Amino acid sequence: MSGLLLEAHDIGKRFGGVRALHQVSLTIAEGEIYGLIGPNGAGKTTLFNVLTGLYGADGGNFTFCGTVLDNSAPHLVARAGIARTFQNIRLFANMTALENVMVGRHLRTHAGVIGAVLRGAGTRAEEVAIERRAVELLHYVGIADRANDLARQLPYGDQRRLEIARALATDPKLLALDEPAAGMNATETTELRTLIEGLRADGLTVLLIEHDVKLVMGLCDRVAVLDYGEKIAEDVPEKVQRDPKVIEAYLGA
Amino acid sequence: MIRRRTRLVIGVTLVALALLALPFALSAAGTAWVRITNLAILFVFLSLGLNIVVGFAGLLDLGYVAFYGVGAYVYALLASPHFGLHLPFWVILPIGASVAAIFGVLLGAPTLKLRGDYLAIVTLGFGEIVRIFLNNLSRPINITNGPQGIAQIDPVSIGGVSFGDTDVLLGLTVSGPMKHYYLLLLLLLLVIVVNLRLQNSRIGRAWEAIREDEIAARAIGIDTTRVKLLAFAMGATFGGIAGGMFSSIQGFISPESFVLTESVMILAMVVLGGMGNIWGVVVGALLLSFVPEMLRYTVVPVQLALFGKLLVEPEVIRMLLFGMALVLMMRFRPAGLWPSSARQREFSIEKMKS
Repeated sequence: MSGLLLEAHDIGKRFGGVRALHQVSLTIAEGEIYGLIGPNGAGKTTLFNVLTGLYGADGGNFTFCGTVLDNSAPHLVARAGIARTFQNIRLFANMTALENVMVGRHLRTHAGVIGAVLRGAGTRAEEVAIERRAVELLHYVGIADRANDLARQLPYGDQRRLEIARALATDPKLLALDEPAAGMNATETTELRTLIEGLRADGLTVLLIEHDVKLVMGLCDRVAVLDYGEKIAEDVPEKVQRDPKVIEAYLGA
Repeated sequence: MIRRRTRLVIGVTLVALALLALPFALSAAGTAWVRITNLAILFVFLSLGLNIVVGFAGLLDLGYVAFYGVGAYVYALLASPHFGLHLPFWVILPIGASVAAIFGVLLGAPTLKLRGDYLAIVTLGFGEIVRIFLNNLSRPINITNGPQGIAQIDPVSIGGVSFGDTDVLLGLTVSGPMKHYYLLLLLLLLVIVVNLRLQNSRIGRAWEAIREDEIAARAIGIDTTRVKLLAFAMGATFGGIAGGMFSSIQGFISPESFVLTESVMILAMVVLGGMGNIWGVVVGALLLSFVPEMLRYTVVPVQLALFGKLLVEPEVIRMLLFGMALVLMMRFRPAGLWPSSARQREFSIEKMKS
């Protein structure tokens, strides 16, 4: 395994009296698929939101590619190379699929107001490049034929794919997927699995929150288990599955 | 293909010729109508500016008239006997636009975390603060001359041609308001092109994304602070330009021209026309500028002819029609007369849900 991509130490987060996260530490190595599982309310999404800058952490710190990122604004986290999707899909519903992915290129393009108004050769070339890359990504996730449909008119599975394409448009090093298989049928889940494996083959690191245990165990290189805001296990899937603490957390004492 | 192109060229030429000939036709009905048209074009500027903030970025701004006021006062202070400054038009207009943009950022900065109703209330307050300052900045140092306003503002003058006087050109009499009309028409063309290009650009997409889902926009790396401030600044810039032109055309301004009802009026133009659609907003602004003036000229003679005396003041009828238009619009065209395709979709979903 090559170098560490993300290192988080003792991340803590409270909401009033609720201790959502307590001293959670984890490291993600470059090129791996890292699974994050846990019962409902264990703090998985909270950890996601901390790692992507939507929430500020109350304690601990994390670095990404050697850069300290804790309490950075989301756009800085995205700039550093972490892209995410949302558990409850958050697309720009009244924009077309293509436009959704084009917005994703915002971070890696530069045209400002003056560029937009004068529309010189540079801006026009950039616009062409944005559109070309967006079409490429739609092909990559397999929904290129829906490019001009509105995001909200897409079937559920395609919306999930579109969200991944939009996240990929930011040229991430780490793609964080929050329950990508939620609500999918067996066929869609299999297709999703192929897509994620393809992402890894293309050199991307993936952080995956998922309830579908079969998917997690089959896909992930390592799995961490959260329960009541604490990390209770972290290992290769086979060992995590047999961990008594994990079994207790899922089935109750 | 070629035929369609020719048709387009012919269409554009006809519209251009009509717009060029318009002031002569209007002069026949009275110079007042040329002035009314000029004011209507100013309101198109204002509506297009507000449309950037409200229509594109989805930020409700009820104090937009403040930027109009700032642009107008910058022009008045730099080109009137008040300070004895008489800078040329082409120097002041960019200054006015920039100062307005700075005010836009000043308003935007503290309101970044607010949305919807809360944002509306703060911006409303901002508009009032600016007006009250204009009213009271006559002491201890007289800057704005208070409620008396600033008079004798220099008319626009380009290349030695003053826009205040009447000239005879090629046998045609061209009055001051007519010259202003052509200048405004040129600026309008520019403003519309700038708006169209902004909307269909990287920045325009970022505005739309923020309007659709701010959290998702942040997560994909849009610096929402910056992009929102940019929307406020760009909107304010157009307000500032309109203000500068207003100052030079009227020759006199006072805080009374920059009251809350003006903000509401501009917002009504944007909403009536269709938030987010540039052409819709143009139509909305023209309608709400011309219809009240037409009423003013028809209500009194019609009543005198019918009843022999004046029963209802034009102002009352105006309000009645406004209320009716509002209700009818909400019932039949909630997204505006000529909505942007995105807004149309948004409203049709809400209809389906309810």
